[in-house]
Amino acid sequence: MTAHAHDSHDDHHGLGHVLPVKLLAGVLGALLFLTVVTVITGSTYLYGFDLALAMVIATTKATLVCAIFMHLKWDKGFHAFAFVGSVLFVGVFLAYTLTDTKQYQDDIRAFGNDDAQNSPFAAPLQDPIPHAHDGDDHTGDDHSENGEGAADH
Amino acid sequence: MTTASADAHGHHGDHGHDHPEHLAHHFDTLEQQFDSCKLGMWAFLLTEVLFFSGLFVAYATLRANNPEIFSLAASFLDTKWGAINTIVLLVSSFTAAMSVRNAQLGETSKLKTNLIITLLCAGAFMGIKYLEYSHKWGAGLLPPGMENSMFNPDNPWVPEAGHHDADYLKLQAEVNVMTPEERVHTMTTLGRFFGVYFFLTGLHGVHVLIGMGVIGWVLMRANRGEFGPDNFTAVDLTALYWHLVDLVWIFLFPLLYLIA
Repeated sequence: MTAHAHDSHDDHHGLGHVLPVKLLAGVLGALLFLTVVTVITGSTYLYGFDLALAMVIATTKATLVCAIFMHLKWDKGFHAFAFVGSVLFVGVFLAYTLTDTKQYQDDIRAFGNDDAQNSPFAAPLQDPIPHAHDGDDHTGDDHSENGEGAADH
Repeated sequence: MTTASADAHGHHGDHGHDHPEHLAHHFDTLEQQFDSCKLGMWAFLLTEVLFFSGLFVAYATLRANNPEIFSLAASFLDTKWGAINTIVLLVSSFTAAMSVRNAQLGETSKLKTNLIITLLCAGAFMGIKYLEYSHKWGAGLLPPGMENSMFNPDNPWVPEAGHHDADYLKLQAEVNVMTPEERVHTMTTLGRFFGVYFFLTGLHGVHVLIGMGVIGWVLMRANRGEFGPDNFTAVDLTALYWHLVDLVWIFLFPLLYLIA
C-alpha cells in the first residue's frame, strides 16, 4: 500500500496525494511573506485602496492554503466546486446586505440623532475617577451639558 | 449497496486483502471509504464558511457605513499581537499539512512531532488571545451589554485614574470634541465594533480549542501507531479542519487589526 500512495502523485483515484516537503515549505514561506507585506501596506495610507489590497492579499493567502495545504488542487473537482460555491454565496449575502443597509442608513442616523439626548454619551466622557487619597484636585468637570447619565459616578 | 462487501471482494481483489483492516463493512473499497469521508468533511467545511459569514457580513455592513469609526476602533487593537498570532497559525497549518504527509508515508514519529508542534502553536495562539482579551477586559473595551464596558449605554464604565485608563483617555480626547449626536453615534458604533470583535474572535477561539481537542485525539491514535498509507483519513480530515481555522484568521487579521 505504500507504493499505492506514492504512485498516486498525478492520480485522482489513489488514496490521497502525498505532497513534497519542498512544496509545503515553499507555501509556508509565501504565506509568511504575504503576512509581512499586508502588515506593511496596512500601516501605510494607500489612497483608499488599503482595504482592497488587504483583501487581495488575504484571498491570495487563502487560495494557497486551499489549493496546496488542503489538497484541493489534486482533490476531486467537486470539492473545490462546492467550496468555492459556498464562498460565492457568501458574496451574494454580503453584496445584497450591503446595498440594502445603504438604502436606509440615513434614516438610522436621523433616528439615532433624535434619540441622542437619552444617551449618557450626549455628555462628554467624564474624567477617570480619582483615587480616594488623591484629593479633589481633578477639575476638568466639564460635563454640564445634559450630564444626567455621566454624573452618577 | 446492500451487498456491498460481497461485491467489493469480487471487483477489487487487486488490493491484496480479503478485507482491509481499516475498511468499514458498509464500504466497498478503501478508496470509496476515503472519498465518502472527504466529501462529508468538505460539506461540513462549507457549513463552517456560512456559519462565520453571518458575523463577517455584520462586520462589513457596520464598517461600510462607518469607515472612520472603524479606523478609530482598530487603533485600540495591537497589530503586533495580531501579526504574531497570524504567523503562529500559519506555522501550525504547515505542520498540520506535514502531518498528513507523515501519516500517508507511515512516518509515525515525525507524525507525532508535527502534531505536537501544531498543538503547541494552537496553545500559543490561545495564550496570546488571552493576553489581548484580559487587556481589553481591564480597559473596558468590551461589548456594550457588559457591565464593565465603557460603551455600556445604561451605565458606562469609567476607569480609576492611573489604572488601565490609557485607552479611555485616548477615546475621551477623540470624542469629547464631537457634537453630542456624533459622540452618541461614535460610542454606539464602537460598542458594536467590540461586540463583533469579541464574537468573531471568540467563535474563532472556540474553533481553535475544539481543534486542539481533535488534534490531541489524533496524537493519541498516532501514539498507538494506528496511522499509515491505507489509514490516514483521521489525520487528513483534522488537518482540513485546522486549515479552515487558519483561513478564517487569514481574513480576520487584516479586517480587524489593519484598518488604516
